[in-house]
Amino acid sequence: MNDNSDDVLVRIRDLHFSRGNRKIFNGVDLDIRRGKVTAIMGPSGTGKTTLLKLIGGQLKPDQGSIQVDGLEVPKLKLSKLYELRKRIGMLFQSGALLTDINVFDNVAFPIREHTNMPPSMIRDMVLMKLESVGLRNARDMMPSELSGGMARRVALARAMALDPMMILYDEPFTGQDPISMGVIVQLIRLLNDALGLTSIVVSHDVQETATIADDIYVLSEGKVVGHGTPQQLAETDSDWVKQFMQGLPDGPVPFHYLGMQYVDDLLAGTDPERGV
Amino acid sequence: MIGSIRKLGRWGLGAFERLGRAHIFLYYILMGVPPVLLRFSLLVQQMLSVGVLSLLIIVVSGFFVGMVLGLQGYNTLVDFGAEQSLGVVVALSLVRELGPVVAGLLFAGRAGSALTAEIGLMKSTEQLSGMEMMAVDPIKRVIAPRFLAGFISLPILATIFTAVGIVGGYFVGVGLLGVDDGAFWSQMQAKVDFGEDIMNGVIKSIVFGFVVTWIAVFEGYDCVPTSEGVSRATTRTVVHSSLAILGLDFVLTALMFT
Repeated sequence: MNDNSDDVLVRIRDLHFSRGNRKIFNGVDLDIRRGKVTAIMGPSGTGKTTLLKLIGGQLKPDQGSIQVDGLEVPKLKLSKLYELRKRIGMLFQSGALLTDINVFDNVAFPIREHTNMPPSMIRDMVLMKLESVGLRNARDMMPSELSGGMARRVALARAMALDPMMILYDEPFTGQDPISMGVIVQLIRLLNDALGLTSIVVSHDVQETATIADDIYVLSEGKVVGHGTPQQLAETDSDWVKQFMQGLPDGPVPFHYLGMQYVDDLLAGTDPERGV
Repeated sequence: MIGSIRKLGRWGLGAFERLGRAHIFLYYILMGVPPVLLRFSLLVQQMLSVGVLSLLIIVVSGFFVGMVLGLQGYNTLVDFGAEQSLGVVVALSLVRELGPVVAGLLFAGRAGSALTAEIGLMKSTEQLSGMEMMAVDPIKRVIAPRFLAGFISLPILATIFTAVGIVGGYFVGVGLLGVDDGAFWSQMQAKVDFGEDIMNGVIKSIVFGFVVTWIAVFEGYDCVPTSEGVSRATTRTVVHSSLAILGLDFVLTALMFT
């Protein structure tokens, strides 16, 4: 772990979080370096999106520390948390565009809410953001008229509207056609470098994420099971990381859901729950 | 047996927990109301969708309810030779009871369910989470304007319902059944008291507006964010609002008119 405080924007230590009786995180430590694209990967249900919500302060951990730019997020008062969130953009998996207003107004929404800029300046800013995602000419369209890829690009423009220090991406590649996926992959990297952002990409699309990430954390069963550059993880000895990165059907994560043995099940001959 | 008691206990605890959440939610809504007054355009926008768009069903229903009242009232009163009092019967029925109650029930079915569905869908499509992450409080930005719009709209709609209902009663009684025009209005003027009858009716509709809108926005905000969850929440809004209106109507009537 890199402990240089200037270099680390998000520092998570000994994170524990549960939903009901289910333990989602059981002592997670991770660092997100400034100016880098960091990927959080792992199979579905490992709590990747939950981790983003914890970083954004939408959820509170049971135990542990989450620091963003030196601020202890779970302990922030609501007003301070909102101040911090103005410096964080988030791209939701669904885009989360406001469906009753058009593309232009969606991107202008955070600017109008948090600044007193005159309409002409807001217009220029929105057009600049939309230009950067290639959708300046789609500004009058309603969210229902956009394709999935376009909606995510609009959401990305909105996430950048207040010039944040960090953008959180929740499954940005899921359900995208190859062209849209390529566009979003490129945009994440280009915008990160051009605007000096820090990006956290939560995804289980290994190939796409590996092409743009500087660091990758692999989560499983509430813990970090692998960490390193894409190259380091590709050469790892860990069976678990290997299974995930190479998409192997069987391994430490078994193909068969755990329970009674197949032979025992067939020989039992009865299933009272189904009246057999 | 023990299992049933345990289930009942769980249900009771769950219901009380939900009631507690609803009251905390109400506190946050009320805290969010002053900023809405400063951003009047948000309120006007919601008044349009919650109030103005409910106008058609209120006007049409009010007219029919008034016509039925006129017809039934005439048929009963004529047996006693008191058909000239039809105006009083129609007006008092509408002003004291039917105006606030029926308008409240229609409002719950039309605007309340729409509010729940809209907020529930915003939750299930992560729009509310998105606002939170943009440092915009969804209770202040989305919920409070809708709550305030509903609270203001229902008393106005109930008043319109009552007025149109009286016109409906007049149309049937005077226009079709031959009740004397002057008697219809003069008896109404003489017997309907502004404070006791009209204001109490308005107070009822204010209470109903508060409760129905509170239930509607809470159900939407608290729903399980799935299509089934939104559907259940919408149903709960109509059922709970209707029961609340009818129950509160009895309590208010007992307090006001005894």
